[in-house]
Amino acid sequence: MEPIWNDKSDLDLKSGKYVKIWQGPQHPGVTGNMSLEILLEGDEIMECKTHVGYLHRGFEKLMERRKYIKCFPIVCRICVPEPDTNEYLFSAAVEDLAGIEIPERAKWLRAMNLEMARLGSTIMGLGGQAGAFGLGTVGQWSVAHRDLILDLFEELTGARIYHMYMLPGGVRHEPPAGFEDRLEKILVKTEKIIYDIDKVMFNNYVFKSRAVGLGVIPKEWIKPFGITGTTARASGVKYDIRKDDPYLIYDQLDFEVNVGSAGDVYGRTELRKREVLLSVDLLRQILKKMPRTGSVRTRIPDILHWKIPAGETYVKAESGRGEYGYYMVSDGSEYPRRVHVRGASYTHAMALLEKLSVGITNADVFGLMVSLQTCPPEIER
Amino acid sequence: MKEMIERLGTKFNIKDINEHKDNQVFLTAEKKDLESVILYLKEFEKYDHLTMISCVDYIEDNKFQLTYLLRNYNNNADTIIRVFIDRENPTMTSINELWAGARVYERELKEMFGIDFPGCPRVDDAFVLEGWETIPPMRKDFDTKKYSEETFFPREGRSTLDPTEQMEKKMYPVEAEVKKSITKEFRENSK
Amino acid sequence: MITIGKDSKPDDKAKELQNEFFCEALPKEVAPINSKIVQKFYNWAQANSMWILAFGTGCGSIEMRPLYTARYDISRYGMAPRPTPRQSSVFIISGYASVKTLKRIVRSYEQMQNPKFVIALGSCTVNGGMYFDSYNTINRLDQYLPVDLYIAGCMPRPESLIAGFDKMREIIKSGKAEGANTYAKNFEWYKSNQKKVIKDWNMPDYNW
Repeated sequence: MEPIWNDKSDLDLKSGKYVKIWQGPQHPGVTGNMSLEILLEGDEIMECKTHVGYLHRGFEKLMERRKYIKCFPIVCRICVPEPDTNEYLFSAAVEDLAGIEIPERAKWLRAMNLEMARLGSTIMGLGGQAGAFGLGTVGQWSVAHRDLILDLFEELTGARIYHMYMLPGGVRHEPPAGFEDRLEKILVKTEKIIYDIDKVMFNNYVFKSRAVGLGVIPKEWIKPFGITGTTARASGVKYDIRKDDPYLIYDQLDFEVNVGSAGDVYGRTELRKREVLLSVDLLRQILKKMPRTGSVRTRIPDILHWKIPAGETYVKAESGRGEYGYYMVSDGSEYPRRVHVRGASYTHAMALLEKLSVGITNADVFGLMVSLQTCPPEIER
Repeated sequence: MKEMIERLGTKFNIKDINEHKDNQVFLTAEKKDLESVILYLKEFEKYDHLTMISCVDYIEDNKFQLTYLLRNYNNNADTIIRVFIDRENPTMTSINELWAGARVYERELKEMFGIDFPGCPRVDDAFVLEGWETIPPMRKDFDTKKYSEETFFPREGRSTLDPTEQMEKKMYPVEAEVKKSITKEFRENSK
Repeated sequence: MITIGKDSKPDDKAKELQNEFFCEALPKEVAPINSKIVQKFYNWAQANSMWILAFGTGCGSIEMRPLYTARYDISRYGMAPRPTPRQSSVFIISGYASVKTLKRIVRSYEQMQNPKFVIALGSCTVNGGMYFDSYNTINRLDQYLPVDLYIAGCMPRPESLIAGFDKMREIIKSGKAEGANTYAKNFEWYKSNQKKVIKDWNMPDYNW
């Protein structure tokens, strides 16, 4: 049987019926730096090819010639909106290979950091989704609100975008005094902004008429395309690594996995709104249950000449966009043998976008692209 | 997990089984069985999510290690299959008929390691690099620093310091001096 | 590439330009205006309407979003993101430029109208930054494009961007922002540098 994703192009390109246009990388609608080669008949897309590689820096090669601790500054630059997941996974992989157990309080602080990063990136994603359909207001709100979260990050870690808060063996230092109260204030504000966004965006006629029924992902496509995260949950697959294969302290938190059913752009956006509220809830639980005393870091060997025992491992975590994974091979030397980063939107952006965009109009393709949470820097790394 | 490995072991020739965690197992399969091992795991053991395909370059053994990572959603188990192929003219069977996601990974491997996957659509198109002329960049014998210095125009003034010495000098200047003299004396005496 | 009319054929010079420099005509230098007062007025006008090309070439573009929106609100200073190179006068290279992007950057830059200025963000445009040994990112941007101003940092905060814009405005007002003229004057040198790294100069076919 021919698989559903096999594309056979029997279009007669010379017939004069079709127009080929390139959208991106210099295009305001494209998320990040990526381009689409679109074949149009009228306003309908007949064929779409994605082209990536504009942000390729060769991280996996660079990591092979840096010592483990020196990999840290470059690891977080793999994903710009949500760098903390990368930091966590790299330290988790190193700890897994070296057999280090981190203190309890460090686990809670790490989870707090991860949830804050998820909050920021998901809110910005909501704004981007609204902006792709022409609602500039929500875009302004959400980016301005994300800045409040970035201020918290600055207070906690000293940097706005790339934090490097987590290190192998724990986190760098204690949060400053009074941090939890300020975080709680921002959480209240977040709930308010979600209430506003709900009124302006999800009840908006234009947004609804464009997003409902656009880019439906059937449940049967989830596994062949390797879709994970919110995109898969919006299609009705109840799978969340935080719940099903808990890492850090997620098994001590009490929450339900958000599931949607429609699988279209509207459903995915709506699910992400609930995801923001879930993050707020989790952060409140973390603040409540977190142990207030204890060390935040274990002693690790001399990091500059740290030889990690030979072995290989795969660690995974749920980022705001889906499953993030690090496959690390060590050969017992000071340098990693190989680090492979499984970006969350890797297959979404390539194979799935090419398949989904056939048949929709040219104006809708960017809304679809944002709703798949395409993130080019993690695709090409 | 254990029963799955036993059942797999009766059907195929697998070795180097390494149960890394409770729900993570690494095993090595032979190149000729790879497609049937993956198909068996997919159809009968419900490992129907392809997480990723990766590759490790073992230049000293003249081998590439391909890594296929499969996930079973029912019991959250990861099975990681390693396959060793020759480094000269590396070719592997494509599994793009089983998973749509596989074609992206195979295209990337073709470009970054030069491993050919006959039958995978668009596998010969440029994926990330454009106008690449030398050997595939992720191979171990490709020196990225040398390439960068030759191709791009490095700005003068960038120097590399040994972090240990630098930190010692900065934080414990007296001790660093003493240590230096002791090492010097020791070296001279041992001659 | 474009041939007007049925019979017009590109002559030898145009062919040579196409082969050597991938363009139809060489860029021309803009001579300064004789009257000092008029020139000053021009500079003042250019300094106060810097429109930015919204092309996020690297990871620095994540800090451009707060800059455009409510919190830092760059439109207070008479700047706005523009979607097309034809309407913009400032090109912000936001961070590292990979070889594949550099080709698009050059193409976008050449499409921009005079007056045009280039601001480069981040350490990676100055000397390669942390990607100094990467095989796919360029080390020094000023070898390929005339850079008027560098803003250092990884990545620069929105405040430092605003400070950079202030500095850029001073440079333009004093009439020292001659990037486009430098590019026209040393066009061959810039092109030879660009050719050294960009091996594939084929532009995508837009239609057939």
